[in-house]
Amino acid sequence: MTDLAKQALAPPRSLVSGDALQILYRLLAALLICVVLSFLSDSFLSLGNILNVLRQASLMFFIASGLTLVVLTAGLDLSVGANVALSACLAGTVIQQTGSPTLGVLTGLATGGIIGLLNGMMVTALRIPSFIATYGMLWVLNGLTYWYMAGETIHGFPPGFRQIGSGYLFGLPIPVYLLLIFLAVGTIFAQRTTWGQEIYATGANPVAARLSGIPIARRLLLVYGVSGTMAGMASIVFLARLNSAEADIGESLTLPAIAAVLIGGTSLFGGVGTVFGTFVGALILTLVLNGMNLLSVNASWQPIVTGVIVVLAVWVDMKTRRRTS
Amino acid sequence: MREAITSLPGNPLQRIPGVAVTLVLLVAVFGSVAPGFLSPANITNVLVQSTVLMMLALPMTLIIMTEGLDLSMGAVLTFTSLVVAIVSLATGSMLLGLGAAILAGAVFGTVNGWLVATLGIPPFVATLGTLGTAQGLSLIISDGQSVVGIPHSVRDIYSATVAGVPVPVVIALVSYAAFHILLYHTRFGTYIFALGGNREALKYAGLASNRLLIAVYATGGMMAGVAGLLMTARMNSGHPTAGLGLEFDAIAAVAVGGTSFERGNGWLFGTALGVIAVGVLRNGLNLMALPSSIQVASVGLLVIVALFFDGLRSRS
Repeated sequence: MTDLAKQALAPPRSLVSGDALQILYRLLAALLICVVLSFLSDSFLSLGNILNVLRQASLMFFIASGLTLVVLTAGLDLSVGANVALSACLAGTVIQQTGSPTLGVLTGLATGGIIGLLNGMMVTALRIPSFIATYGMLWVLNGLTYWYMAGETIHGFPPGFRQIGSGYLFGLPIPVYLLLIFLAVGTIFAQRTTWGQEIYATGANPVAARLSGIPIARRLLLVYGVSGTMAGMASIVFLARLNSAEADIGESLTLPAIAAVLIGGTSLFGGVGTVFGTFVGALILTLVLNGMNLLSVNASWQPIVTGVIVVLAVWVDMKTRRRTS
Repeated sequence: MREAITSLPGNPLQRIPGVAVTLVLLVAVFGSVAPGFLSPANITNVLVQSTVLMMLALPMTLIIMTEGLDLSMGAVLTFTSLVVAIVSLATGSMLLGLGAAILAGAVFGTVNGWLVATLGIPPFVATLGTLGTAQGLSLIISDGQSVVGIPHSVRDIYSATVAGVPVPVVIALVSYAAFHILLYHTRFGTYIFALGGNREALKYAGLASNRLLIAVYATGGMMAGVAGLLMTARMNSGHPTAGLGLEFDAIAAVAVGGTSFERGNGWLFGTALGVIAVGVLRNGLNLMALPSSIQVASVGLLVIVALFFDGLRSRS
């Protein structure tokens, strides 16, 4: 039976699309975790903790949202954590030297973006597999950051700048507003623009995408550039939140960001997933880590749990995919 | 059909130039600019220090030949080196420490192989997951502290000599010989070539390719156990970040050595030269009093350059 015939014979599509259903399941999972945690810990439902979860999830989302686009093209960016570290250290230096937060923010975004474009060039022009290219970039960036900082810490930024990370507006942390903005922009870009749809097409079937005239190299460059710029964006919020920059701030960021993307239902094999799903993924992972914190589980368990979740998420994705195809 | 013919593994001798030129260039540059680089003591030092990396790069070659990757090797090495320290401290026996480390490494390797072969999870993600697990477990069993006061029998492994040759170098040479025989003179080795080049053919020949793949990853874990002993002996303690990033040096050695990431053909002797090249690069930069961060960045650049040339070759 041909695929077309199969489609014709398939039952009529339900009111809720498959993608929406997948996200609904994930939202229910997040709700379930909330219910369990509110029973296990008294402090979980306190306003302070909920705002804390939202802020943590926002920070994770900034990195993970750009990464989502990369994973949609069946690539991977392992350098995001190291990118955050270098961008934060350079932006911090600029703010302290010039006293201008605006210049600092621009430096952070530019550093992140340039690193992303370099990743994109390695993948497109040099044709190095993305996970190796960005892994190489990770160690180059790590080396540069440690060399540049030489064990120093940059500390103390203007109060106005620190508002970006630790301020409140109408009772909600500023990063949550940034999250909403980037969630809206990311969703519209991916779902409603030609470039966004071309990114999906590139990931789903690169050969078909090339034959239908999509400039694949340029779209890949864009995707890695956006991923790098979002890492630069995250570095600014981290800088404002921590009020200090150190060479090692990015080390524990990459694995959770990848986990958020995969929990959110974006497939490693490309072409499937949404930016909103990644937001839900970031929320679920933050809730789990926050719960472990509240139940005073040793922090060393966090990478273990995140690692297991990454593997589980890919496995579930592959299972469901095999069943539908 | 033509594609199939041109993608056959080429004559390995064609690849000698790449890694040999790299090595000669590095030696020439550091010989002229780094003080004391060419002294016999320093050359022995480079060789002895390269042995830990050799333990990881040999199995990494086999894993990359199966179109796989093991990002967890450095973290697993950290874990096994802590196991060596803790077990030998508790029992006073170096051999029990080594046995426990090899066992622990084998468990991690088998889990990696199972995730990749049986569940079909892409290797770089599967091993990224075990990387996190090994890192967390290392912090838990060490409580984030160094394990000190380990017995002399462990320390002596690093400083002792056999007929004038340091014991770590002997272990590295024996391991190289074992892997050479395994890869080029046993059926298992032939299957490894097939796992990367033509997995379908293995299936039609009625071979359990899953079990072969698990065995390849398990070998990697066990070698990380042996490397754990050398690492603990070298540092005279177990440290919860001992192996941080070493998997990348191993990948660098394999890439520089001319093993391809996409075509399932590998070259073990190239890896050995690649290990020495990475060792020379780190040692030379060290002698020039450049910080280890610059060494890390240089190894990263070395990999990117090596892969660029690998890509050029595969296109021509």
